[in-house]
Amino acid sequence: MKRYDLIVVGAGPSGLSAAIEAAKRGMSVAVFDENAKPGGQLFKQIHKFFGSKEHKAKVRGFRIGEELLKEASETGVEVHLGATVTGLYMKKEVVVRMRDGMQHWKGDAVIVATGASEKMVPFDGWTLPGVMGAGAAQTLMNLHGVKPGNRVLMLGSGNVGLVVSFQLLQAGCEVVAVVDAAPRVGGYGVHAAKLARCGVPFYLSHTILRVEGSDRVAGVTIGRVNRRFQPVPGTEKRFDADTVCVAVGLSPMSQLFKMAGCQMRDDPKKGGEVPVCDQYGRTSVPGVFAVGDVSGIEEASSAMIEGRIAGVCAANTLGFCTEEEKTAALAAMEKDLDSLRQGMFAPQNRGKDFRTTEEGVKISESLLKKGYLTDTEVGTFPGVVRRSGVHPVVECTQNIPCNPCQDVCPKNCIRVGEKITSLPEVDPAAGCVGCGMCVASCPGQAIFLVDEQFEEGFAAVTIPYEFFPLPKAGTKGTALGRNGKPVCEAEVVKVTNTAAFDHTNLLTMKVPRGEAMKARFFTC
Amino acid sequence: MARIENHPILGKFRKGRKVRFYLDGNAMEGFEGEPIAAALKAAGVIVHRYTQKRHEPRGIFCAIGRCTDCVMVVDGVPNVRTCMTPLAEGMNVQTQYGVLAKKAEGWTGR
Repeated sequence: MKRYDLIVVGAGPSGLSAAIEAAKRGMSVAVFDENAKPGGQLFKQIHKFFGSKEHKAKVRGFRIGEELLKEASETGVEVHLGATVTGLYMKKEVVVRMRDGMQHWKGDAVIVATGASEKMVPFDGWTLPGVMGAGAAQTLMNLHGVKPGNRVLMLGSGNVGLVVSFQLLQAGCEVVAVVDAAPRVGGYGVHAAKLARCGVPFYLSHTILRVEGSDRVAGVTIGRVNRRFQPVPGTEKRFDADTVCVAVGLSPMSQLFKMAGCQMRDDPKKGGEVPVCDQYGRTSVPGVFAVGDVSGIEEASSAMIEGRIAGVCAANTLGFCTEEEKTAALAAMEKDLDSLRQGMFAPQNRGKDFRTTEEGVKISESLLKKGYLTDTEVGTFPGVVRRSGVHPVVECTQNIPCNPCQDVCPKNCIRVGEKITSLPEVDPAAGCVGCGMCVASCPGQAIFLVDEQFEEGFAAVTIPYEFFPLPKAGTKGTALGRNGKPVCEAEVVKVTNTAAFDHTNLLTMKVPRGEAMKARFFTC
Repeated sequence: MARIENHPILGKFRKGRKVRFYLDGNAMEGFEGEPIAAALKAAGVIVHRYTQKRHEPRGIFCAIGRCTDCVMVVDGVPNVRTCMTPLAEGMNVQTQYGVLAKKAEGWTGR
């Protein structure tokens, strides 16, 4: 039997973070992961992350994964791949299946970071080939470069459903609809808005009634549901689709804790059955910790901090760092974690129905039902100002923890303030130079540059653009509104991309002056 | 074409060398090291198996080795998770009927 100071189960964002903090303090650390590659789901996350500088905001998920792997190897963390932990027994004995044999290992501390699995809803035809988890689609297209399908219907409007839908568009698939039985979009409004302006329709208060096909998906019928989630007869609508993605939530994979005898609790706000643990991830069994999604569904940024906190605590428990060191290290980490757990989407606010933002701006019903702000609602947000010359228009609509726009602006045009969930405000007097850093850095792609005096009778609108083929200067096409419907004719004036934009192209189009506050996407 | 040739964020996908494998005896092409399921999907094959009792088709569902919907008979071994198993030159992949590589006697339907 091999013995380690710390054994970590799962080499995803939280597990690796925990291992790194422990190894840094001199512990011998072994990490087991059943997959062939480490990083968990991070390498499928090709979008820019939300948060603040400390949370690696505006960095794409897979790059955060690369940084984490580098840090793990530098600190001497041993990662065993193709190693499935099948048991966690008394005295922290860990049984691992590696290749064809079973091995027994022992850790003085064990941090379990097994993550979560996708929830499912059974509907007629849900087992047909072509119906898959949204995570499966993400794996196929972002890891293996294979399109999951050509015409995809997404069930679920949480952040996973919205983000994966956008990634499907980036992979060259068509998204025929985003469907959710809930009456309101569950994920960030800015994610929904990215899809809506590309023309993806939203069907809230709808569910899948059946999927047709004999040996593969040939079509999908959805229908409206009433307040009690019962289908309303006569509201059926059929889509031609070859693929259905299901993104209806995640469920913690917490079986190992049960085996180890940890006290468990069924908590719907955490996504299901989770071990009871304190703010440091300590379960009821001394020396066994829970971090990341397995301790309650959140997202990768907070999972990484949770991991680091547990890593430090494990080191302290086993005498690898003093109480003072621990207190100092945790102070910064807890502050970072706390700042992510604020705002309308914070774990403690799950299920709450917000009608206004903290600033008192009315939350758009259109945004929550159809995925876009109406042209009149836009003006109510503090990030939306109209003035002469080029300036940012920040269509950030909810209190979400994120502030790269404030950080990157060299002219201090945009202010979020201390509290990173506040809506960004644009200072009408500040001198925007039109550098576009805010447009490229906004993880929600909610910032545009507008110049209403671009040319006689014409305005210039700069949008973030992450699709291929990339239109060139001179290309004539159509400007689309926030709702994805044609607004006017438009001509591409320039397309810029620099290393700092990290693959977000800035497309500037010329539109009639009167359409400057309506044109938000370009198609040709 | 189901392969993404050039991705706006990821560029070109780094793949292993092109290899030949067999699906139910027919020669196919894929890239070494990618999951068998990805190679099949790229070739437009999405039915991996038929269930034992009701003979219903199944394909990729979770793609991360959890659900076992995508299992096939690989080099004579049944129940191999094709989403987790890397493709190799000359592999013999077969559609799985129940737990066999061919329809059992009395198999009805597909």
